[in-house]
Amino acid sequence: MIVRFALQRIAMMVPVLFLISVIVFMMIHLTPGDPVRVMLGRSGASADEVENLRQQLGLNDSLPVQYVHFISDLATGNLKSIRTQQPVTQEFFGRFPKTLELAILALIVATVLGFLLGIIAATHQNSWIDTLAMVVSLLGVSIPSFWLALMLVFAFSISRDWLPATGTDGPRALILPVTVLAVEQIALIARLVRANMVEVLRDDYIRTARAKGLKERTVLTGHALRNALLPSITLLGLNFGYLLAGAVIVETIFARPGIGRLIVDGILNKDFPLVQGAILLTAVVYLVVNLITDISYGFIDPRIRH
Amino acid sequence: MSEQSVLAQATANAPEVHSDSAISVVAELAETPRYRKTLGRLLRHKSAVLGLTILIVLAVVALIAPLIAPYDPIKISRDVMKPPSTNHLMGTDNLGRDVFSRVIYGARISLQMGFIAVGIAASIGTVIGVIAGTYGGLVDGVFMRFIDALMALPGILLALTVAATLGPGLYNAMVAVGFAFIPSFARIVRSSCLQIKETTFVEAARASGASDLRIMVRHILPNVLSSILVLASLGIAGAILVGAALSFLGVGASPPTAEWGIMLSDGRPFIRSAWWIMVFPGLAITVTVLGANLAGDGLRDVLDPRMGSR
Repeated sequence: MIVRFALQRIAMMVPVLFLISVIVFMMIHLTPGDPVRVMLGRSGASADEVENLRQQLGLNDSLPVQYVHFISDLATGNLKSIRTQQPVTQEFFGRFPKTLELAILALIVATVLGFLLGIIAATHQNSWIDTLAMVVSLLGVSIPSFWLALMLVFAFSISRDWLPATGTDGPRALILPVTVLAVEQIALIARLVRANMVEVLRDDYIRTARAKGLKERTVLTGHALRNALLPSITLLGLNFGYLLAGAVIVETIFARPGIGRLIVDGILNKDFPLVQGAILLTAVVYLVVNLITDISYGFIDPRIRH
Repeated sequence: MSEQSVLAQATANAPEVHSDSAISVVAELAETPRYRKTLGRLLRHKSAVLGLTILIVLAVVALIAPLIAPYDPIKISRDVMKPPSTNHLMGTDNLGRDVFSRVIYGARISLQMGFIAVGIAASIGTVIGVIAGTYGGLVDGVFMRFIDALMALPGILLALTVAATLGPGLYNAMVAVGFAFIPSFARIVRSSCLQIKETTFVEAARASGASDLRIMVRHILPNVLSSILVLASLGIAGAILVGAALSFLGVGASPPTAEWGIMLSDGRPFIRSAWWIMVFPGLAITVTVLGANLAGDGLRDVLDPRMGSR
């Protein structure tokens, strides 16, 4: 049963993967002007250089042929960054652990704090605690992460020399990046958990539980929490994707060599093969994480399999 | 950025039920007590009023920017990195430009970014959602796999992909941000569409020989309007954030434009010596996004009372 569900999910992923690879492949062809000239810079490129790069990128072939080359080159490590001449897969997976470390830590922090904040708000519905929690999370989704990052650097690294502003040395260097990455997620999770919880608390079985004379604590933890948490868990996979995306900004500001920074630098350097490869690989990682979340959720809640 | 919460919360939206053309519905609504009731509820919603007030004040500031800005926002002067004073309320930046004037002009760009990007996302997303929802079957399958593919690049990554393709520039950035928000519109509109398709008035219209196009435009579209409106107002908040982030990263508006994201990246090297260059543009973004979020949350509470929890 669960195997069939998993196979179904994997089958659904195939056309999505194909489409996203076509979209990413088309980037270089949809870019206005001659991509080769864009990559070589506006001036100073000789006709030979242009022709060489064109050859290297195989831009003289037909589109389907180019597409097949793009995919097989990426898979075999022959798709190379124009700037460093390193295989894109090597650049990507060399930096991936740094981003993964950041994303997983932020996911843990955001999940714990977000659920806590949401549950506290829902159980103290309409009190000042609830209002405070919701104002805080509203601020959390409204503050631009790059500004928050800079302000934290100003407060903790410049005004006081408490935490390192950049770099990857030791766990202390992770505190600020993880905080920045987690803040928006904490706010989003808290709002959602509160909404789910409030909904559940209105249900009949909660009234029954209370009428039975159960302690409020038991009603909350034993009845309400369980049912409110389940739908929130599906978000974990989704959240992971947003953390990957958020890493773009956090890694740029804190000078961490991760995939977010790799992509931004690639874009600024007009390194199309690198950008295309890195973006496609990020999408694949995200799809696989979502697949795993979906399947494990199918384990936890059999209803979802249908 | 907040499209995640937008999706989760707006999915539960109950479509309003009207079976007339979009235009006459709007005209009709303007006279019905129902519309007044909704407007009344919105005006009694404290945080919605606060949010709308912030947005309206910003819109006015943006409109009359040349009248209230004391200096030319891109004019360089010799008063370099002066702290806030009566001459320069928010100080001057590393090129001697008046930060206050730049913040004021920045409102123009941010609001444009929010409205144009969401306009692009809402129109393309709605068309995809309505077609997929109405036709179903293979059409639905193809359109939705396309949307799934776009969603495989979450948030700013999709915007970055489009921005990398189109090249830098403010208007390209608007298109890029718009693309990032297409999936949420398409999905919400499609799911509302699927619900409405099963209602008796659509069945009746079909039985009386109405064409698919007529059913889409006259019956389905007016009924998904409220979902679109809620999503759009929350989307504006997200679009302003992503837009500023693109400019901050160097793939959006280009210097010397008075844009808040650019002001932040320009001010970054001087964070040690001139905090004011960075504090005020960031505050401006936060307040603007807060306003849009408050207005959006309020609109959702009012248009969909089931979600309202207070």
